[in-house]
Amino acid sequence: MRPFEYVSPTTKAQAVSLLGASWGGTEILAGGTDLLALMKDDIVSPKRLVNIKNIRDLRGISSSPQGLRMGALTTLADLADDAGIKKNYPALAEAAIEAASPQIRNMATLAGNLCQRPRCWYFRNGFGLLPKDETGNELVADGDNRYHAILGNEGPAKFVSPSTIVPVLIAYEAKIRLEGPKGKRELPLEKFFVIPKSENEREHDLGPNEIVTEVVVPPVPNAKIAHYEIRQKDVFDWPLAVAAVALKMQGSNVESARIVMGYVAPVPWMSPEAEQALTAQPLDQETAQKAAEAAVKDAKPLSHNEYKVQLARVAVKRAILKAASGGAA
Amino acid sequence: MQKNVTIDINGQPHRQAVEPRLLLVHFLREVAGLTGTHIGCETSLCGACTVLLDGRAVKSCTVLAVQADGRSVTTVEGLAQGDKLHALQEGFWEEHGLQCGFCTPGMLMCSHDLLANHPTPTSADIREAINGNVCRCTGYQNIVNAVKNASRKMAKRVSARAGAR
Repeated sequence: MRPFEYVSPTTKAQAVSLLGASWGGTEILAGGTDLLALMKDDIVSPKRLVNIKNIRDLRGISSSPQGLRMGALTTLADLADDAGIKKNYPALAEAAIEAASPQIRNMATLAGNLCQRPRCWYFRNGFGLLPKDETGNELVADGDNRYHAILGNEGPAKFVSPSTIVPVLIAYEAKIRLEGPKGKRELPLEKFFVIPKSENEREHDLGPNEIVTEVVVPPVPNAKIAHYEIRQKDVFDWPLAVAAVALKMQGSNVESARIVMGYVAPVPWMSPEAEQALTAQPLDQETAQKAAEAAVKDAKPLSHNEYKVQLARVAVKRAILKAASGGAA
Repeated sequence: MQKNVTIDINGQPHRQAVEPRLLLVHFLREVAGLTGTHIGCETSLCGACTVLLDGRAVKSCTVLAVQADGRSVTTVEGLAQGDKLHALQEGFWEEHGLQCGFCTPGMLMCSHDLLANHPTPTSADIREAINGNVCRCTGYQNIVNAVKNASRKMAKRVSARAGAR
């Protein structure tokens, strides 16, 4: 790991003032579970690390009639263990448990989970986020792309969005709050993720000198919510496909649905087609199957990942059926 | 630029000026001289370097020493009381929970975190708790047995203490 300056501000304003106006020179350290791995491998080499763990305003979980507020520094273990989250947002607690091993859950933070960098093996091996060879050919399109995107992959970005708890947070209609030199802003979580078009961009809409301050979730909607992951092995592995669904019911029919897939595109992928397919329908095997078909209708697999289309289809179908039968286990 | 850090390790304060890039596991082994914590993969996959940071299991190869400044760390050396092994160490001894022993410090510290929060875990709880720790010898079954053995011992001691009162 290369040397760096280490600073530990105690207020949000100090943290913002210590960050650089462009990417590369400074990085934010919270739990460090992703950042330190990237620094060891020389994928990022910041000159300054801004440790935000001493900023009290970024901590804590609170519930109120207005909903749930989770500070940026909330750990995955906090999400998994919090009594209010387990009771009112069980799919979120379940996704947090599945996100990492216990030791990582004890360190990794919510904001870090949202801002973690892609698992793409070209990126992790130093070829860049949008890897190209010297003649400009895309390495991923021509190379080993078995774990890459099947949707939203028309541009140079072929990696998949790495968070497994983001799809379920989007299903819960979460909003993210940011703070920077120009003040505060709030975005629906799905708008926070963007597909980069150049190597200078990142995969989220966080300015280089902005910090994530908190995530808020509206009061638990009267909805059936579930999350489903498909992995090569049962524990501690990056998934191959993730689906999260929130189904608002009117009687026995779906009034409206939110269907979000993870690990299929460079951003968490919402599927209006699948949502439309379920609207005004009863919940059963047949309607779940139709929605799942709609979710992957526009998939354009790369040379080695056609199998992921089927996995994404199955993840959506099973998430819908799991929600129908009561949601999180 | 070096930073002064004070880390409480097994009840003893260790004060040292360190480079911010020094990993906690290197602080433990090279500054404090406590080599019971093992370095396996150094990529937070294998769990051999697991220690307790303020009571919770973490992978010390993916924590900076400066992140542990002002906090307390428990390593495998902190488990036994003099010649008296910790119930978990006894459990691993009696149930043959180790062969080569490389993963054992991490397995012990992870299991310690588990039993502190779930004194009577099921086999599934134990397997979940050690899912970030790799063992290439035992096939894990004897480790699960060892943690159960320790859980029974600790429950007996708690009830014996309660009875004595």
